[in-house]
Amino acid sequence: MSEQERGTTATPGGEQPPQEPSVSHRLWRELTTGNAMLTVLSVVLALAIGGLLIILSDPRVQQAAGYFADRPSDTFATAWQSVSSAYAAMFRGSLVDFGEYSVVRAVRPLAATLTNATPLIAAGLAVAIAFRTGLLNIGAEGQIILGAIGAGYIGFTMDLPVVVHLVVAVLGGVLAGAVWGGIAGFLKARTGAHEVIVTIMLNYIARFLLAYLLTIAAFRRAGRSDPISPYVAESAQLPRLFEGARLHLGFLLALLAAAVVWWLLTRSTIGFRLRAVGFNPHAATTAGMSVARSYTLAMCIAGGLAGLAGASQVLGTERFLSSGISGGLGFDAITVALLGRANPWGTVAAGLLFGALRAGAVTMQAETGTPIDIVLVVQSLIVLFIAAPPLVRAIFRIRVRSRGLGAPEAKGWEA
Amino acid sequence: MKLELRGITKRFGSLVANDDISLTVEPGEVHCLLGENGAGKSTLMNVLYGLSAADAGEIVVDDEPVAFSGPADAMAAGIGMVHQHFMLVPVFTVAENVMLGAEPTRGAGLLDVEATRARIREISEQYGFDVDPDAVVEHLPVGVQQRVEIIKALVRDARVLILDEPTAVLTPQETDELMGIMRQLTADGTSIVFITHKLREVRAIADRITVMRLGRVVGQAHPESTESELASLMVGRPVSLVVDAGTSDPAEVVLAVRGLTVVDDRDQLVVDDVSFDVRAGEILVVAGVQGNGQTELTEALLGLGGRVRGSVRLAGTELLGRSVREVLRAGVGFVPEDRRTDGLVGQFTVAENLVLDLYDRSPFARGPMLRHARIRSNAAERVGEFDIRAGSIDTLASTLSGGNQQKVVLARELSRPLKLLVATQPTRGLDVGSIEFVHRRIIAERDNRTPVLIVSTELDEASALADRILVMYRGSVVGIVPGDTERDVLGLMTAGYAPEQAFERAAAHPTRTGHPEYGGDGDEGEP
Repeated sequence: MSEQERGTTATPGGEQPPQEPSVSHRLWRELTTGNAMLTVLSVVLALAIGGLLIILSDPRVQQAAGYFADRPSDTFATAWQSVSSAYAAMFRGSLVDFGEYSVVRAVRPLAATLTNATPLIAAGLAVAIAFRTGLLNIGAEGQIILGAIGAGYIGFTMDLPVVVHLVVAVLGGVLAGAVWGGIAGFLKARTGAHEVIVTIMLNYIARFLLAYLLTIAAFRRAGRSDPISPYVAESAQLPRLFEGARLHLGFLLALLAAAVVWWLLTRSTIGFRLRAVGFNPHAATTAGMSVARSYTLAMCIAGGLAGLAGASQVLGTERFLSSGISGGLGFDAITVALLGRANPWGTVAAGLLFGALRAGAVTMQAETGTPIDIVLVVQSLIVLFIAAPPLVRAIFRIRVRSRGLGAPEAKGWEA
Repeated sequence: MKLELRGITKRFGSLVANDDISLTVEPGEVHCLLGENGAGKSTLMNVLYGLSAADAGEIVVDDEPVAFSGPADAMAAGIGMVHQHFMLVPVFTVAENVMLGAEPTRGAGLLDVEATRARIREISEQYGFDVDPDAVVEHLPVGVQQRVEIIKALVRDARVLILDEPTAVLTPQETDELMGIMRQLTADGTSIVFITHKLREVRAIADRITVMRLGRVVGQAHPESTESELASLMVGRPVSLVVDAGTSDPAEVVLAVRGLTVVDDRDQLVVDDVSFDVRAGEILVVAGVQGNGQTELTEALLGLGGRVRGSVRLAGTELLGRSVREVLRAGVGFVPEDRRTDGLVGQFTVAENLVLDLYDRSPFARGPMLRHARIRSNAAERVGEFDIRAGSIDTLASTLSGGNQQKVVLARELSRPLKLLVATQPTRGLDVGSIEFVHRRIIAERDNRTPVLIVSTELDEASALADRILVMYRGSVVGIVPGDTERDVLGLMTAGYAPEQAFERAAAHPTRTGHPEYGGDGDEGEP
């Protein structure tokens, strides 16, 4: 083997353990090797098409187009004005309103964005961590509802000391969500029941469970006949972060959750196992890992995260339980996780973006009359472009430089 | 038909898979294309068969340049290909399979099955194929299925037949029959391009040998060259084909398997009452044709599933009924058959894969925390020790070559103290250089007094490593014979003959590739 040994000297390895690449280096690589870039381009492209729709739906542009042959510049000018005013309104409604006279009022739109982003981030993490374990968690909606029921019930029935009540209520919500998610994980592990089917069905069960609970005395607000719960006790409310906005402590909890998920996935033995199972259950089994236990655990964690989203909605944003407490957040969470490429910090970024779109859409409609549905179209287009990377690459003429690592679009339903 | 390739160049990005390759296949010759995995043989044949377009160069048939835009063009020009993995519809009959893609019709769109049947009988008779046109393909033995593939090509009037690793799935006796067929075909003027990395077969059948390495033709070789000469041409440096196993010194029985029976998910009895011992410092090779229960046997040992009965004692401790994790913790090292599926997580880095079954133990974890520094220093150490050629320890395992992937698996499994090493097909798909390395490692482990159980379908490998060879056929043990048993005898045992019968028959009917008389065995001079 003399030749072979001599060959060794040329290869890496040896005495010094190689250092981990620096954060900035990794960030740079991520930005240049495609995935992050593709995401950004997808958003840009979706906003561009959204702009086109704004133009087409604006009656003033239609009017100007009527005499296009005489004065084409009018059409273009109106079109430009239509798009720019709509998107400017969206900016004012989601980030900063420079027209306001006080700092607090000027950044209030940002607070709205963060409030909207809170449940999207928490529930997005629920979808992301399941995805990293190779599971498609379509059940964030149901898990949010259960979390809201758990946290809300503790919030408006129990009577506990100030800090304790809040902690117990949040944990109650997390636990209820974890149980709901765990059911799907357990069924998958034990019987092989596909988690997509099970979680979709559990969504219905959760929705109607909530509708039923709101009809019984324990959940009804005194003196009201509509299905609405009492307000949660003040001791169980997530405190507002500053006066005059709904932004509450739940946002910081969501960021904390992202940090925990990041730590779990990259720094802990549990995350190592979950990722191994997610990428290749066969190799994981052969290495002595229990795939069944990993599935159950991942779905419990996922359910807990979605439960946190529910708790934050009921204890922070709404402060009471109603049948619309989730309102499709769990489905937007799937989009958020997809946009964040199942990465904790990516999910935070995507949650912020979607929160901003939601907040901005309201202002946009109020100020320019642009239909709020445009934002839904933009959201859907983002998903479409993310799901079809070759399309975006073709449009922007990007060459494939590296293969995506576990990018959501690379996996099908059987992932 | 004379076929020429002139200056074929094929690039994939910056990788030059075929670099200015020229070769000529004369009418009626067996032209062997020899090279390691990744040498560019398959790329070249895909170009020839119209599956991919060359960046430069031309294909010339009977002095006429041709251009193929797909396999149909290639077939029309008289080129047929038998792929390594058969392209047959299992539930169709032979005739239906042969018709597929070029269905003859009798007006009004009606299939003319009878015409095809007649053609199949004709060809079958001419070459002694013994193929029934109405047999359903899935019920046929692998060797016969391969003949159906050949018939498919011949029905389309192939004058040049490409056989891509045709012997990988055959017993030595079936291989011998295939070679008989190849001889007949060439006698009728058909040319054959025979792609392989098995040197023994090359020497038995080739008229001419072209050796490829790293996308280039590195030379022509004479069929009379020794295997060592061919191997060094292929690898580019002297290699020893048969690792000197040294002397083994088997001691006490460590692994005792008794009455092991496995029933799979489809209620098939896949391992039938198997009993054997493996001693400390001994290599036992389980030989047999693919799919005779060897895989299920090792999976049962590891606790991977199936319904299992019997007893597996490792140094007195029962292993059956334990989880994979417990079996691994009991000191069993396991090299799975399919490293891509079972051995590695492709999207994990080399460093992560090197601790795949150790990640939650000291020194790689403290409580629930991974210790990345330890994982990385471990990786750096193993990469050096096992000569793993990876860009860095952060390289994804899926991007490594097969040989380096296998080294990662071996490095991981051998990096903890073992009471038993189980390796299934440890050198499948590896190049000659890597095979040598893997064999040395396995022998080193044996010399370490570890009992070693190897499953191999390659009789050469079995002979090279084994102290004793256990042959399996249809889930049962045909016999356990000494490691130096003649290839012909082993070959017959893999077809189900009991050892005594096998010895008798082998003496009476030696094969081309298995018997010293044909120059197969005796001349491996160390380079």
